[in-house]
Amino acid sequence: MTLLIAALVSGLGLGAMYGLVALGFQITYSVCGRVNFAQGSMVMLGAVLGYVLTVRAGLPVIVAYPLALIGCGLMGVVVEALLVRPFANRGSDAWLMATVAGGILLDNAVLFTFGNEPRSLSSPLVETSWQILGTGVYPQQLLIPVVAIGAALALQLLFRRTRQGRALLAVVQNPQAARLMGINTGLMISGSFALSAMLAGAAGLLIAPLFSVHSDMGTLFGIKAFAVAILGGMTSAWGVMLAGFLYGLVEAFVTTYLGSSYTYIVVFALLIAVLAIKPSGLFGTAALRKV
Amino acid sequence: MTARLPFTRRAVLAAVTSVLLSAGLPAQAQDDPIKIGLVAALSGQSAKSGESITRGITMALDKINGEGGVLGRPLELVSRDDESNPGKGLVAARELVQREKVAALIGGLDTPVSLAIVPFVNGAKMPFLGPWAAGTPITQNGAEENYVFRVSAVDEIVDEAIAEYLVAERGVSKPGMILINNPWGESNEKGLTKALEARGMEHAGIEKFESNDVDVVPQLTRLKENGADGLFLVANVAPSAQVVKSLDRMGWDVPIASHWGPAGGRFTELAGPSGEKVHFIQTFIFTDPAHPLFMKLQESFPEIETLADVTPATGIANAYDSTLLLAAAIEAAGSTDGPAIREAMYGLSGVEGVIKTYDTPFTPDNQDALGPDDYVFTHFVEGEIIPLAK
Repeated sequence: MTLLIAALVSGLGLGAMYGLVALGFQITYSVCGRVNFAQGSMVMLGAVLGYVLTVRAGLPVIVAYPLALIGCGLMGVVVEALLVRPFANRGSDAWLMATVAGGILLDNAVLFTFGNEPRSLSSPLVETSWQILGTGVYPQQLLIPVVAIGAALALQLLFRRTRQGRALLAVVQNPQAARLMGINTGLMISGSFALSAMLAGAAGLLIAPLFSVHSDMGTLFGIKAFAVAILGGMTSAWGVMLAGFLYGLVEAFVTTYLGSSYTYIVVFALLIAVLAIKPSGLFGTAALRKV
Repeated sequence: MTARLPFTRRAVLAAVTSVLLSAGLPAQAQDDPIKIGLVAALSGQSAKSGESITRGITMALDKINGEGGVLGRPLELVSRDDESNPGKGLVAARELVQREKVAALIGGLDTPVSLAIVPFVNGAKMPFLGPWAAGTPITQNGAEENYVFRVSAVDEIVDEAIAEYLVAERGVSKPGMILINNPWGESNEKGLTKALEARGMEHAGIEKFESNDVDVVPQLTRLKENGADGLFLVANVAPSAQVVKSLDRMGWDVPIASHWGPAGGRFTELAGPSGEKVHFIQTFIFTDPAHPLFMKLQESFPEIETLADVTPATGIANAYDSTLLLAAAIEAAGSTDGPAIREAMYGLSGVEGVIKTYDTPFTPDNQDALGPDDYVFTHFVEGEIIPLAK
């Protein structure tokens, strides 16, 4: 029983983190069929900016965290303008490698400027844990799924119910026609990358107190989140969020019941099996295009 | 000899000139420094440990060069960052040996990196001193001519020591293991299993985790459910902190005996106050700000203000003593030739280091200078590593 509860709590906590980062992939993919593979580095950037602005610059959280998110948003715009658009305009897929390279570049730039030691970003929500049925949970862990589900809900509403959201979807359906209809497609795509990076940055700020802040903290999150986004089918925010929880739960249950030596073998074997049976992901509607 | 010589006059001239030039070299080389190579993690999660090794070597070189150097030549340090990556470490070691022509190598902070370098140095007959990485097979590598020496803890002996500590001092009867998933973790899995078998004890399980894992609760819950009443922890500083945070979340207060990973950084900042409950091994710590080496460190590195700024002191002391032993061996060998230095290593005596005075520190059967008597049990208190009160 204790094992079951522990696996559930860990799985849902991790799953919410993966889902939140994966939403960033889903946003840009929905708008322009491209993604920022430096998503893991955006997670790191959010946490590092949060640390620098609060601990080093001494700003209050209420000022520092929005600033950190704005910083991430700007970085998203820069990534799109320098690493995606020039290649996409030429019909090349090299943006894929360019964003991977951009992520490595950013990680190393942070290593030199921020320093090479892991640091701690504290939060009042990890000071004491709440004990439930033989295991514990930090309030911070509960905040992550709240933010993640809120973000998924907001995105769903944005895409379906607002003029801007429908404009975004129009861009993905037919960029030429959308442009002729007076939609600024360039701005829409740029905005989607900014939003995507901000979500990753928010994930970084939320994860940091449970983890430590260092230049390669986002790498593994970026990779797992991409797996989650593919698993969720890339097309709906809900699908991606659900896939995140599923991935986190499978990971925690395998570790709990089979042992940690099997975690990655089982999780990734399952991922391949699912994609072999459902190539467009668990909740995807259209066949995946090459990304 | 026929009239047609197989070489031109110009080639002969060139050959003669080069022979003359190289003959002139030794006289000139007297003033050339003897290069010592360092391959260590100077960036990344273990950077603080890499920095302490650099500091230790620097202090030793200052002392040696201040006393006239070795063989009348100054010693010079050439450093390369391996980023804790075995491939990069091997490339760096090759480059230092083949291009920089170092007389000996120091380094290998991480066991996997050292294990990657060992076959290369044995093949190249290049003396290799380990001031940090504790993996048992690094020095016990099975080579006929073993060029690998160590002034550091050895996993197998550490495992015996932390097993003795948990069982005898903390009364633990069924310990569990939580180990980092890499060759260092494996090396300790063997050592700990052996230490428990020797006592006829069983363990509550062996769990592994990754260095970037956020949540270790599933692994720890398995150990707890299997009846673990104590934990062996083997991991570097950041992953060790994740174990402590996970224990905090579970509300599980359990005795922990750890390898020296937590010493590699700001452990209590990362792990929170519960980090102080982790008891770990060190080969050396500064307890007195008037220690001569500490005062010299302060002179050379103004950023060092208190004893808390020299964590981990182990890295400084091991590297300092390694460098002194190496210099003594080069002096005794009378040359920078690898096999000669290796032979001289076995004949060392009366070398005064900061950990102890070394008399016959190395024999062909035991290339490790430190043993169980040189270990100290410590923990963090307010960011400073202090010995456990007995």
